[in-house]
Amino acid sequence: MSEKPKGKMAFYWAASCGGCEIAVLQVDAKILDIAAAFDIVFWPCATDGKTRDVEKLADGEIDVCLFNGAIRTSEQEYMARLLRKKSKVLIAFGSCSQEGGIPGLANLSNRKEIFDTVYKENSATFPENPDDLRPQHETEMPEGTLYLPVFYDTVKTLDQTVEVDYYLPGCPPEGDNIWAAVTAILEGKLPDPGSVIGAHSTVCDECKRIRTEKKIKKFYRTWEIKPDPDTCLLEQGLLCCGIATRAGCGALCPEVNSPCIGCQGANEGVQDFGARLISALASVIDSEDPEEIDQIIKDGIPDPIGTFYRFSLAKSLLRRKKQTV
Amino acid sequence: MSDETFEPKIVGFMCNWCSYTASDLAGTARMKHAPNVRIIRVMCSGRVDPTFVLKAFSLGADAVLIAGCHPGDCHYQNQNYKTIRRHAMLKYILPQMGIEPERIRLVWASAAEGQILADAIDKLSEDVRKLGPLRWADNWEENGERLEALESIVKEHEEAMEVQP
Ligand code: SF4
Ligand code: SF4
Ligand code: FES
Repeated sequence: MSEKPKGKMAFYWAASCGGCEIAVLQVDAKILDIAAAFDIVFWPCATDGKTRDVEKLADGEIDVCLFNGAIRTSEQEYMARLLRKKSKVLIAFGSCSQEGGIPGLANLSNRKEIFDTVYKENSATFPENPDDLRPQHETEMPEGTLYLPVFYDTVKTLDQTVEVDYYLPGCPPEGDNIWAAVTAILEGKLPDPGSVIGAHSTVCDECKRIRTEKKIKKFYRTWEIKPDPDTCLLEQGLLCCGIATRAGCGALCPEVNSPCIGCQGANEGVQDFGARLISALASVIDSEDPEEIDQIIKDGIPDPIGTFYRFSLAKSLLRRKKQTV
Repeated sequence: MSDETFEPKIVGFMCNWCSYTASDLAGTARMKHAPNVRIIRVMCSGRVDPTFVLKAFSLGADAVLIAGCHPGDCHYQNQNYKTIRRHAMLKYILPQMGIEPERIRLVWASAAEGQILADAIDKLSEDVRKLGPLRWADNWEENGERLEALESIVKEHEEAMEVQP
């Protein structure tokens, strides 16, 4: 009966929160269309399956792989390489795989610092560790050698690890955009390899708030003021990232009086999200006095990297904090 | 690399209307300054996108110098005030990334102030020599266990997953 042979699709989950797995369901009942067009050959979160099954596939046998999550362990890197080899089209799905996402903020520390925090300093995560143990790659046991993945010092994006064909931005990606991507795949109308599937404008472009001249003497944290519902939030001193962020969400956060934190990632042509914001804020601060400028910045932006690179540190020009060796 | 042999690499963004001419002047008047600076001419210090600065560091610069017209003398009205604010912000974020704020510097030098520029370059070279090389890309190297772990995964899978009948 079915005229067209079914394609093969895979989903994978590396360093991420799991939200992307759920975001897939935002396509609602259209998930049935996806199931009609594709056999899901690998989706550890939802179906039973083993890495060995993927290893046994022929190269390029998977038509499309949606890969969410950043790369921070040897296992994730191995899976990224494996799925790259086995897939015709590899899509970086979501912010973590595209630009490191929230896990990428771990690039402000390294393995040692993270392990010390988790296994020693923070009793909530690991209450009892009298022998001050740390996870090891290999452990000899009577039954044989046991392996754990190696934990990296630096979180990487998917495209810093393997070649990526397309990017689906967002933390998590929006349902409409996921469906647009799936439709493009089904109809064979994918854009040029390397493109981001999504809008080419900014959140400011889709924000309905009224903008006049932006002049700021003080930045506020969100809890410090009750913003006017109609005026641009940045003009009111809230650090809104709309200007650097790719459109696609319909300016969801400004819509509900909350500044954009940049979850849809850098807009087209923005090489470094933080640099774009620094540029924009430099035009907005209303002072020509170096000391006053320093004060405005210091008082208003207590965590600059966390603010300017909340989702994109791993993908930024510097990628990580300097390691002291 | 010992401090004796370390020659800092400095990227200098210089405004066409003042500092670039000043650096020319410093050259023709044979004012001596440290040879460490690679000059990039821009039409105004306000053209120096923060992206350029971060890119310079990521590509191996040990320091970045931005030089422009004195406040009030910018050929594009008040663009160099914007430069002050961008510089202030860059200086503020760099320490969180482990980069000493001394590695980025803003100086004003009119076309006639070759000496001021030469002195600024000398001072920056000297300061950076004390700080040592940055070699940013080395910082992305992964801990030594990575390759071995990647290679052994296939074997581990064979051992663990392939249950022989
Ligand atoms: S800065 Fe924020 S609030 Fe202002 S227009 Fe842009 S998205 Fe809207
Ligand atoms: S407004 Fe910004 S933070 Fe909010 S959903 Fe849209 S892109 Fe994400
Ligand atoms: S023209 Fe020289 S700083 Fe603007």
